[in-house]
Amino acid sequence: MEEEMTCKELVELVTEYLEGTLPADTRTKMENHLSGCDGCTNYLEQMRQTIQLTGQLREESLTPQQREDLLYLFSDWRKG
Amino acid sequence: MKAMDAKLDEVALLNLLRQGDEMTFTQLVEQHHASLVRLARLFVHDDAVAEELAQETWLAVLQGLDHFEGRSSLKTWIFTILTNKAKTRSQRENRSFVFSDLDNSAATPTVNSDRFKDSFAERWANHWRADAEPASWESIPEEIILADETFNLIRQTIDQLPENQQAVITLRDIEEISSQEICNILGISETNQRVLLHRARARVRQTLEDYLQLEF
Repeated sequence: MEEEMTCKELVELVTEYLEGTLPADTRTKMENHLSGCDGCTNYLEQMRQTIQLTGQLREESLTPQQREDLLYLFSDWRKG
Repeated sequence: MKAMDAKLDEVALLNLLRQGDEMTFTQLVEQHHASLVRLARLFVHDDAVAEELAQETWLAVLQGLDHFEGRSSLKTWIFTILTNKAKTRSQRENRSFVFSDLDNSAATPTVNSDRFKDSFAERWANHWRADAEPASWESIPEEIILADETFNLIRQTIDQLPENQQAVITLRDIEEISSQEICNILGISETNQRVLLHRARARVRQTLEDYLQLEF
């Protein structure tokens, strides 16, 4: 019988899993493992939430100086 | 359908820009300028130079609008211009910063080995130890998860990552550029990109886990 995936192995495959780049057989092994493992299911879910929260990170808004510089650049370009 | 809509939006946006619509330009700049500066800084290690590079990028974008054929998204095009300028500048200043270099940590685990039963355990070797299993965050109130502190923590964690990891996580998870396009922008292989992304995400997750643990 083929060896089952361990939790230690699974956590290192999570990014490939989420990016959809895992080979089909590895993916199946991983899903089999997940269906019986709360720890790894939570780990995967935490990773999903982490990505989602990172995506909501807002960059600080522009400083007045930056804004002024960029609008100057823009109007200069518009004048041709 | 969604991709189609996005494409149409982008055509509309490009037209407005070509017509010199200031509001459109302001929006675009608000969206990406800070990330551009941040990315440039990874190459040149100087705030003023990074700011200058981002400004030069916007000028190049405006001047290139008529030649932009939309083979990549506008966003990808903008970031490609920035990295090309940043690479040239860092080479000129003899700071050869190579994104493709993987540090030695690439092979080390992203989760502390102590959290797993050791490999010699008779049953469940390399599975989570019962007292170290990740917990669900579901019961944590949303106002705690979405508090400013959480986002400050994520920001700080990203800022402390190795530079190549910072670049990849910024482009992938903050700017939401596709992996393939990131490889082109940074000139790295797909494998390399994925390893860097994995390590970066794993670090952010670990920091969040440590922080949210206090809420249980």
